[in-house]
Amino acid sequence: MYFVKRIFFLIPLLLVISFLAFALVRAVPGGPFDRDRKPASPEIERNLRAKYHLDEPLCQQYLRYLGGILHGDFGPSLKYRNHSVSDIIGQGLPVSLTLGAAAFCFALGVGIPLGFFTAARRGRWQDYAGSLAALMVICVPGLVIGPILVMLFAIKLRWFPVALWGSPWHAILPTLTLGLFFSGRIARLMREGMLDTLQAQFITTARAKGLGEIAVLVKHAFPIAVLPVLSYSGPMLADLLTGSFVVENLFQIPGIGVFMVNSSLDRDYTMVVGLVLLYAVLLLVLNLLVDFAYSALDPRVKYE
Amino acid sequence: MNSDPPSAGPVKPPPASRLGPNQRAWRRFRRNRLAMTSAVLLALLVALILLWPLFSRPGLAAHLPPGMTHAPNAVSDAQFQPPGAHYWLGTDVHGRDLLSRVCAGARLSLLVGLVGTAVSLVIGVLWGAIAGYCGGRWDAVMMRCVDVLYSMPSIIFVIVLITTLNALLEKWQSGPERLSGAAVQWLQFTALFGGLGAVSWLPMARIVRGQVLSLRHRAFVEAARVLGADHWRILRRHILPNVQGVVMVYLTMTVPSIILYESFLSWLGLGIQPPEASLGSLIASGSGEINSIRIYWWLIVFPGAMLAVTLLALNFVGDALRDAWDPRAED
Repeated sequence: MYFVKRIFFLIPLLLVISFLAFALVRAVPGGPFDRDRKPASPEIERNLRAKYHLDEPLCQQYLRYLGGILHGDFGPSLKYRNHSVSDIIGQGLPVSLTLGAAAFCFALGVGIPLGFFTAARRGRWQDYAGSLAALMVICVPGLVIGPILVMLFAIKLRWFPVALWGSPWHAILPTLTLGLFFSGRIARLMREGMLDTLQAQFITTARAKGLGEIAVLVKHAFPIAVLPVLSYSGPMLADLLTGSFVVENLFQIPGIGVFMVNSSLDRDYTMVVGLVLLYAVLLLVLNLLVDFAYSALDPRVKYE
Repeated sequence: MNSDPPSAGPVKPPPASRLGPNQRAWRRFRRNRLAMTSAVLLALLVALILLWPLFSRPGLAAHLPPGMTHAPNAVSDAQFQPPGAHYWLGTDVHGRDLLSRVCAGARLSLLVGLVGTAVSLVIGVLWGAIAGYCGGRWDAVMMRCVDVLYSMPSIIFVIVLITTLNALLEKWQSGPERLSGAAVQWLQFTALFGGLGAVSWLPMARIVRGQVLSLRHRAFVEAARVLGADHWRILRRHILPNVQGVVMVYLTMTVPSIILYESFLSWLGLGIQPPEASLGSLIASGSGEINSIRIYWWLIVFPGAMLAVTLLALNFVGDALRDAWDPRAED
């Protein structure tokens, strides 16, 4: 029941978000038809604005936009005028999804075992080494590690291609660049979660029953300790799947992360609102799934 | 520790039970060797980047090795020099000394981090405290606002804010009263601080609101209310001091994340404008020089290392503060 209510609540939330984005981009000084695409005369500009209904009052424009969405039409891009927003997103999204999913798997695949291991070895040198590694990775953002990986493995050693997208071979350096930071975050969350959980009374009970240490850690502590990781992975996945400007720019990958930045710089109104909606839907749905999984994993959590 | 007999000598520090929670936390922090080491390291780093410009003063420069006395914006013929005796960290495309540029960049990055954090602190604490304290409908409305902002990609928000402020600035410049170059630069910084602070206050508001909500009906708050304290006094005197520990711990995590965000914005060309350098713009110009013929690795590695070391020290201090303020921690 609770989740049904949450799902219905998504609709007004998305309406507010889309209207806010809609109004916000239009409030920025300058329009989609200046900068390098400035029309030759004021009349042409006026005609252009009329063609895209930019001369109407804001509310009317918004209602028109909503009407379009109901028909699955997110409007034409104001910068790439021969393409619709759905076309551009439809072309870039699969690439960003693939890369984001790969980085997500990498982050979880490295982060969870590392956090688990360092917590199990708490206070020993393995803990210090592993925790330091996780912290270091957080402190070196993609815009530093990306160029270094390219210089080292692509230009100097020639193990991987420098840029572009195509084969799995092309995906390795971008995945690392994107995923390393998050793997550090995950490892830290996992370690914290384990250390917290290991102090709980049900762990003492499990140990008192005479269970082996591995069974205590894996069967009893892990399902509870992984919950912080779970709640972080909702927003993280939304971030990763909608593309990263840094990685896509660095490796010349045709995803949608580049549009996130460029369309707001170009005042490409329809594109911005479309991307905001895409991100918001992803984030809200993922958060819903996370909460659902939460209640499934932790019997103490009850929503009403 | 509570069962200790009263101490005889006057020199013995007071037992932990007589100290306030903040004093106890500081004591735990000072006893943590790793934390103190990283705090000292951070202080040294800050001292180095603050004092660096002094070295190029004529009076002092004569006594120092030449590698220490370059000015960050001084152009020379020595382009793309690798790290060596004269230029310790090498030079960039305009022959500018990288070491002094890295120090200048770190100075700006730290400044942005601190001011941006302060902005997010003020907005977040006020918003969260008011929502939590008022409760009911106000709480619901204010927290839904936070939810809505949370669900938008922050980069779009930042770009909208910064471009709006910059456009206003431009309009101002074309008017009759023109501002001086320095004033424009400061206003641009302010736009950046405002933009960064305005997107990073959301978690802070949520945390503060949760804390205030749980404190609001505690007996000591009720007592203050019965004694006739007004809302402002209750918030300031009774509630906010109890939130202080959590807020401080969260702040130490906000500084590195704002520095990261700033480096990303400057990397995009939206943050610090040339000829001034921030670590992000240095890294950006370094990665612009990547080609398959020659590798100018120092242009990326050194600014990146400076960024990493700064963030590492900040994170270490933040972790130690969090451990020290953990209510479950023992003395």
